[in-house]
Amino acid sequence: MSRQRLTWIVLGVVLLALLVVRGFVGQGLGRVYVQADQVSLAQMDEKGADGSLVKVWKPVPAAQATQQWTEWSQAAPKAYFEAVAKNPAQTDITLSWPRTIGLWLAAFFTLAIFSFLYSDNVFYKLAEATVVGVSAAYWMVIGFWDTIVPKLFGALTPDMVIKWVQPSLQPAGAMQQASMWLALVLGVMMLWRLAPRGGWIAAWPLAFIVGVTAGLKIVSHVESDLMAQSVATMQPVVQLVPAADGGTDWYASLWPTLANALVLVGVICALVYFLFSVQHKGVVGATARVGVWYLMITFGASFGFTVMGRIALLAARFEFLFDDWLWLIDPNHLRS
Amino acid sequence: MNMVDRLNALDRRWVFLLMGLAVAVPILWIGITGNTFPETPTPAAAAVFKAVEDQPEGTRVLVAFDYDPASAGELQPMATALLHQCAQRKLKIVCIALWPLGGNMAQQTIAEVIRADYPAMREGEDFVNLGYQAGNEGVMKVVLTDFKKAFPVDARGQATADLPILQGVQTVKDFPLLLNVSAGYPGSKEWVQYVVSASEGKVKMVAGCTGVQSPQMYPYFPGQLAGILGAIKGAAEYESLVNQSIGGDVAPKYREAQRRMAPQLFGHLLMVALIVAGNTLFFMGRKGARA
Repeated sequence: MSRQRLTWIVLGVVLLALLVVRGFVGQGLGRVYVQADQVSLAQMDEKGADGSLVKVWKPVPAAQATQQWTEWSQAAPKAYFEAVAKNPAQTDITLSWPRTIGLWLAAFFTLAIFSFLYSDNVFYKLAEATVVGVSAAYWMVIGFWDTIVPKLFGALTPDMVIKWVQPSLQPAGAMQQASMWLALVLGVMMLWRLAPRGGWIAAWPLAFIVGVTAGLKIVSHVESDLMAQSVATMQPVVQLVPAADGGTDWYASLWPTLANALVLVGVICALVYFLFSVQHKGVVGATARVGVWYLMITFGASFGFTVMGRIALLAARFEFLFDDWLWLIDPNHLRS
Repeated sequence: MNMVDRLNALDRRWVFLLMGLAVAVPILWIGITGNTFPETPTPAAAAVFKAVEDQPEGTRVLVAFDYDPASAGELQPMATALLHQCAQRKLKIVCIALWPLGGNMAQQTIAEVIRADYPAMREGEDFVNLGYQAGNEGVMKVVLTDFKKAFPVDARGQATADLPILQGVQTVKDFPLLLNVSAGYPGSKEWVQYVVSASEGKVKMVAGCTGVQSPQMYPYFPGQLAGILGAIKGAAEYESLVNQSIGGDVAPKYREAQRRMAPQLFGHLLMVALIVAGNTLFFMGRKGARA
């Protein structure tokens, strides 16, 4: 038996043993409880913003409702323990098997992804394939129901969409309807690349997308990044902060002045570094070298922020394992 | 094999284990004791707090939830704290999302903050979730000219034209304050580029963003952004400011970011130690090779 296989077996056995022990100690392992809320609605006439009557769904007592359904909301385990202590036969708050299985699946996939840190393995591959599959399916469903149905079919065949799919759809105007015919044609042209012949047809909608995106981006970038950022850089270097007695607070003035000087030096030196038409020698070389230092400090800050972000995500997953799954800690006082 | 060679050949999985312990142990310690480290707010976080605090009671604010569960570990605490302060200030909260799951994140935050702790606030009058709208920058361009055209119905299917909270709203410029919680594209950067820059100063914006995004967003502060919450550290600072201003017993759900700062501290200390150790080993190895 290889050392790696032995390590996996030992890890698995230890984890299983700890889980079994945890299951029989204290409140046991993660479970999800739910409570039922009955929703009762009736449609009523109400004055709209323009004074006309509009149909609005309002909550009403169950006896007057024309539409009713049950919503299941998650209940804190503490609420379940208290309810059972009062009445062991109560059914207001119950264990939800589907949500509990979901919780355990989430824990399993978290551990499966973490297992890659030791080495590639079948559990990691399973988790990875599941993420890819679920994401692809999710994006497809979102694209269909949030874009194609309401925006395309909703504009082209509003009556059908309102009747069968989305009663709350607001019918499109004539202009929007016409533009959606163009969108439909461009969409079909885009799919033409899947056909064995005439692939060049797909180049036209691509050109349209590139043109529109460039048009949108150029204006906003010039306005917000080039102009506004240039204005923000061209501030007086010396910032005098007024003191309470009407004079100047020299100590308080020192820091904004220093910050402005650093910005000025940084902008000039970093720009010089990217000036490739002049050889980086002498004064230009020294300035460019300072620019490189500024860039390195910027990369360092970005790296630091990235580390912070990744540790925060790791901490969130550990909290999930310790709190929601293993019930080892209870920071939100949901169980005690 | 001497010590330097042995350390140079150290299996990287020991580093992963150390990092796991550096993050896990503080979480367990905080989970058991409930203690957190004190936070000193930086000007960027204090500016976010002030921007919300300066709004008169009843002012409409737009909150854009541009993130999904993958970034919730970093961003959910700041979204919770932002809604908490807005509700406390009795502002009218309009939530939108340009990320498909952002609408669900808004719904979850509303349930955690408004429905749980501010039950007197009425949906459609004091707060509303307009849900997700596809179109990225396209939606931003449309809200500049016709807000209700971009969001014709709310998340429940009610026409926005009939919602009392949106009476008098023509464009995004009718919201004096835009709060954005962003995990990437489309997010804070695009809101600055397409809305703040084009609003002629009528829309003030504050942003909370992930660590990866933060370095790109800081140049916009304080000119184009009135305040910024950079990653979990910004969230913890802002959270402590909101909790201090409200006072009394603070529910644990409003201290989530502060709880995550101890793992940050020990994780970063380990990181610094590893960088120093790695460089020291490198130079010792080079010196040994020369000798």
